[in-house]
Amino acid sequence: MAHHEYDDDGISRRHALECMIWAGTGVLWTVSAGVPKSLGLLDRAAAAEVASSGFTFLQISDSHVGFDKPANPHAIDTLREAIDHVKALPQKPSFMLHTGDITHLSKPAQFDNAEQLIGSAGVPVHYVPGEHDIVDEGMGTTYLERYGKNTKGSGWYSFDQNGVHFVGLVNVANLKAGGLGFLGNDQLEWLEDDLRALKASTPIVVFAHIPLWSIYPNWGWGTDDAAIPLGYLKRFGSVTVLNGHIHQLMQKVEGNVTFHTARSTAFPQPAPGTAPSPGPMLVPAEKLRGVLGITSVTYTQGNEALAITDTALANQ
Amino acid sequence: MIGLRCLALAAILAFGGAAQAEEIVIKIENFTFHPAEITIKPGTTVTWQNGDDIPHSIVEDNAKFRSKALDTGEMFSMTFANAAVIGYFCGLHPHMKGKIVVKP
Repeated sequence: MAHHEYDDDGISRRHALECMIWAGTGVLWTVSAGVPKSLGLLDRAAAAEVASSGFTFLQISDSHVGFDKPANPHAIDTLREAIDHVKALPQKPSFMLHTGDITHLSKPAQFDNAEQLIGSAGVPVHYVPGEHDIVDEGMGTTYLERYGKNTKGSGWYSFDQNGVHFVGLVNVANLKAGGLGFLGNDQLEWLEDDLRALKASTPIVVFAHIPLWSIYPNWGWGTDDAAIPLGYLKRFGSVTVLNGHIHQLMQKVEGNVTFHTARSTAFPQPAPGTAPSPGPMLVPAEKLRGVLGITSVTYTQGNEALAITDTALANQ
Repeated sequence: MIGLRCLALAAILAFGGAAQAEEIVIKIENFTFHPAEITIKPGTTVTWQNGDDIPHSIVEDNAKFRSKALDTGEMFSMTFANAAVIGYFCGLHPHMKGKIVVKP
């Protein structure tokens, strides 16, 4: 579990929200009192709370459909298991966010397989691309043909749901030598404009593939021009930033902004700086679903103590 | 493929081919180009070979040339005819950088 800060008084609400529920297969989110928080995928008490708020969504990331290397020779199977978990939810989420690397090599068959499987969950899915989704000959045309409707540029867009403003950003296109993730001026201008009319009380959820906070630049885990959008977001009381890319859980709260990265459904990557490279981390086959498994934290309103539950993708 | 190319190269050398063609292999391992910097003679063919379980690509710093995404074991070759200093990076992981110095 990523680090949490505790104090003598127990966990503050802020930290309660920070220590949200994480799932290897996805993160189930609900919005309560304007602040997004997550709930355990399989937790019935949590599901009851979701039912009372009536709005949930799920984050899924880094499916890497087509990946067949030793770290997970059957990445399609673990994605299927993740989707099975979604189907089994007592409360169906309103939609899913996929934070990129849907495919491993942007091949049409990989997009087809991903679409078929993820679509079988029966809920709308809002995508942003990862760098693996735009390595086709047209450098992203295959992705945009499928998911680019109603998006701008390389695939950015926003939408509203129950008073929450969602912004999908693309920070994997037109990358520069020696750089990290990159948003670029066109997208930043669009974002500034997109946010302009919103009241400061509007909860904002920003999702993009590469983390929008500097996690480990030596491995490219950050976004060069992320300070600019974070500046635009400063006036908002509740900002949640959801990313993927690093195939592990990371959390940070900075001022009004809560940052999260989700696990992959395909394979784990090492903790920053703990391996020669950020490549796929090989774990014994019998341990894989443990790494990709579910970590859930239940937050009960009025009760600041959090119940943290680790649930593996499969019993081992 | 590389084997065949090497055979061809060996044949040229063995039978006194006029071309002074050279072949250099740059291996990609652990998200690093090995060697990251090389000096070659004009006419040298450079072949990048991806040894990682993650795809990489070769992009000239100003996008003058660009490989497709190289999956594990895949290769990309370029022949450098003229003296130049060429910077390149991985299009998926741009923190990975390399440099080729072409001089007679």
